[in-house]
Amino acid sequence: MPAGTSRDRHLGGSDGRRRRPRGTRLGLLAAVAGGVLLAGCQVPSFGAYRGSTPQAQDAFKLWQFFFIMGLIVGGIVLALILWSVFRYRRRSEAIPRQTQYHTVVEIFYTVTPIVIVAFLFAFTVITENKVDATPKADVNITVTAFQWGWRFDYPQTGKSVAGETLQDPVMEVPTGQSVAITLVSADVVHGFYVPKFNFSRYALPGVVNHFNFTVLHDGLFRAQCTQLCGLYHSLMFFQVHSVPPAQFQAWVHRIGRGAPSVQALKNQLDAKGPGG
Amino acid sequence: MTDVVNPALAGTGTGLPHVTDDHAETGHEAHGPTGILKWLTSTDHKVIGLSYMITSLVMFYLAGIMALVIRAQLATPGGALNLSFAQYNTLFTMHGSLMLYLFAGPFAFGGLANYIVPLQVGAPDMAFPRLNALSYWLYLTGSITMMLGFVTASGAAQFGWVAYPPLSNAANSPGAGADLWIMALVLTGFSAIFTGVNLVSTIFYLRAPGMTMFRMPIFTWNMLVTAILILIAFPVLTGALVMLFCDRHFGTHIYTVAGCHIAGHPGLPAACGVPVLYQHLFWFFGHPEVYILALPFFGIVTEVIPVFSRKPVFGYKGMVFATLSIAALSTGVWAHHMFTTGVVLLPFFSLLSLLIAVPTGIKFFNWIGTMWGGQILFNTPMLFSLGFLFAFLMGGVTGVMLASPPIDFFTHDTYFVVAHFHQVLFGTAVFAGFAGLYYWYPKMFGRMLRDGLGKWHFWLTFIGFWLTFMPQYYVGLQGMPRRVAVYPSNLGWEVWNQLSTVGAFMIGLGFFLLLVNFVVSWRNPIPAGDNPWDAQTLEWYTTSPPPHHNYTHLPPIRSERPTWDANHPDARTIRHGPHANGNAKGNGKPPPGGNGSSGGAGDEVPVG
Repeated sequence: MPAGTSRDRHLGGSDGRRRRPRGTRLGLLAAVAGGVLLAGCQVPSFGAYRGSTPQAQDAFKLWQFFFIMGLIVGGIVLALILWSVFRYRRRSEAIPRQTQYHTVVEIFYTVTPIVIVAFLFAFTVITENKVDATPKADVNITVTAFQWGWRFDYPQTGKSVAGETLQDPVMEVPTGQSVAITLVSADVVHGFYVPKFNFSRYALPGVVNHFNFTVLHDGLFRAQCTQLCGLYHSLMFFQVHSVPPAQFQAWVHRIGRGAPSVQALKNQLDAKGPGG
Repeated sequence: MTDVVNPALAGTGTGLPHVTDDHAETGHEAHGPTGILKWLTSTDHKVIGLSYMITSLVMFYLAGIMALVIRAQLATPGGALNLSFAQYNTLFTMHGSLMLYLFAGPFAFGGLANYIVPLQVGAPDMAFPRLNALSYWLYLTGSITMMLGFVTASGAAQFGWVAYPPLSNAANSPGAGADLWIMALVLTGFSAIFTGVNLVSTIFYLRAPGMTMFRMPIFTWNMLVTAILILIAFPVLTGALVMLFCDRHFGTHIYTVAGCHIAGHPGLPAACGVPVLYQHLFWFFGHPEVYILALPFFGIVTEVIPVFSRKPVFGYKGMVFATLSIAALSTGVWAHHMFTTGVVLLPFFSLLSLLIAVPTGIKFFNWIGTMWGGQILFNTPMLFSLGFLFAFLMGGVTGVMLASPPIDFFTHDTYFVVAHFHQVLFGTAVFAGFAGLYYWYPKMFGRMLRDGLGKWHFWLTFIGFWLTFMPQYYVGLQGMPRRVAVYPSNLGWEVWNQLSTVGAFMIGLGFFLLLVNFVVSWRNPIPAGDNPWDAQTLEWYTTSPPPHHNYTHLPPIRSERPTWDANHPDARTIRHGPHANGNAKGNGKPPPGGNGSSGGAGDEVPVG
């Protein structure tokens, strides 16, 4: 690119110095491609949960991809800033060359990000369709969020569980079986959020939300309302308990039908404060 | 100010818009009242701009103190200050409201833009000086109205700075504090709209001879685009809030669901009104608002970096088009705040949000290109501008992550988002905002702020910034929701929160040093002269502070940096390719009055 080389000089650096970042960038892009293939194997978690549902693991892989891309692009920009700052600190009172435009470079740093965005978007849509899919599931649960607690109804058996704030109600689910959640709100906007499922969804008055997940291993998962919902928002906890299917069936048959109503729990909270 | 001829009228016809009929002489500040009466009655854009900046800085310090209280509370899982839930909810609501509505916006487009834009385009004042005064007084009234919530029986608003119904309706948020909050935003919203009208008119109609659109400084360009965004976004917010007020008091059901039922879910309220409508309207305002709070600050660093690198802005026209693209895209991304509602078209809003990274990236490369090959000095304004670059880079990278719905699903409403938007807004409104304050303070007062104290201010703020917000990304990914006054003690979040608290208090100390700097620099003034930074744009050509109606004479304006051209006639901008020779003959039509085509760099154009 002879035209480009001659213009490079106007940026104040020598040709060799100008080229290095560009070569590095291409090399790193190749590394990303490799990184994507390896994602989920040995790549670090970068602070996020690897996920306890297939949906969560898909979202986690997307997170790794975005994080690596962020490291590369952010790293290049950071390096360029630091280089400029240290290399071009003022050493004399001479007035530097007053360069204002460099069309080739400008086109390069406009087009490259568009290509990167195309990759980010493609991977996003693929993951999103997996995470958001709601096929027919083994167990249905209707979750009602209210100020300030949760009620879990199992319409297939007519059983339910409910509790407010510090009572920390537990939603039992069978491990390895698909669960379809129907999420509604009894009053204001709440957020259904299970950190290790890498997922949250609003409980939005006037809207019925649906989503599915399959818990991959037994365990007790802490969960919490994420959307500010008033006074006791800070205490609006619940848990998801994943147990083997047989144990789940036994549990469903064991519990009574007498879970307190949403209104009863609200009254109790008003009268006695959080946790009764 | 009886002597103010409507500058818009003066500008038409004469071809010299900065000329008013009786201002041939210099130093006529004595015409108007002085002292407190001057501040109360002035229609001078410089006085109004300073009023805006002082008021918004008061709001900034108040909101900052609230932030320190919040951080102190979160130092232990059970709440170190033992604040009640209601107190805590009030604190973060008012912290966010003050910072976003009463500091960041008004400081930039009420304060700096008011002061600087007329100077940068060579105008004697804003196009509508009285409307400008009305804007300020509406803003002040609105600010006081919001703060009055604290003295009502039920306390100030507690529903977060976004005020989603049904939480913000009369049943869930009774009391005058919430109403005062709503009315405050209506008042300040009108203030912003009027300022927007004024800025657009000033920039379109009051530019000096030779100041073509593509010779305007980037700060002025960004303020023009910001003003247009204000005109798009703020009326929507005002409308949304008026409807919320009607729901609260006049029995409308625009955002309420009481009285109807969803088929198959008896007992559950359903859509009579539509609560999620408010979220759409709010974020249709809210996302352009994010750029209303960013573009002016991009403009500031685009002024500072060239001056301290002794170079022109790299890729000037690309910068302008990047700003226009950001503005255009920002009106189509509002629902990325609503990915977890389950009722928005995810791919559309995801793609547009991701695309904003492209023009933002262009800006980054332009800033780097400006420094590249320069002679960089690290005075306080430059340090704060570099702080902005690092902060906004981090906030931008995490912003790209949040634009992807599956990632947003597990970070939405957690501390990850808190860290993200604080890095973005702290990067812009604080780092870039105070870069602007240190940069233009000499022009406003004719005296310098102390550079040594400024550097202490910067380094405390910079280190405190990373210490405060990086741990928040991590606890957010670990599942800590935002807006909680207490958190479980068995999850290992305590140490991260304590780091964050230490960082916040470092920032607090930094800003205490700014107050010290104000006092020291005022008591023992160091005269600034007209152009202490060897700056490039028109405002540095006039005296510091500028006289009434700003200019007694203007330099010829043949590029986007007339002051530089006048001071460095041998160091003209180098252009290549399609831009070649643009500086030799000018790239716009000859300005009215014929001044642009005459003589060398030294000839001045007399005013009046």
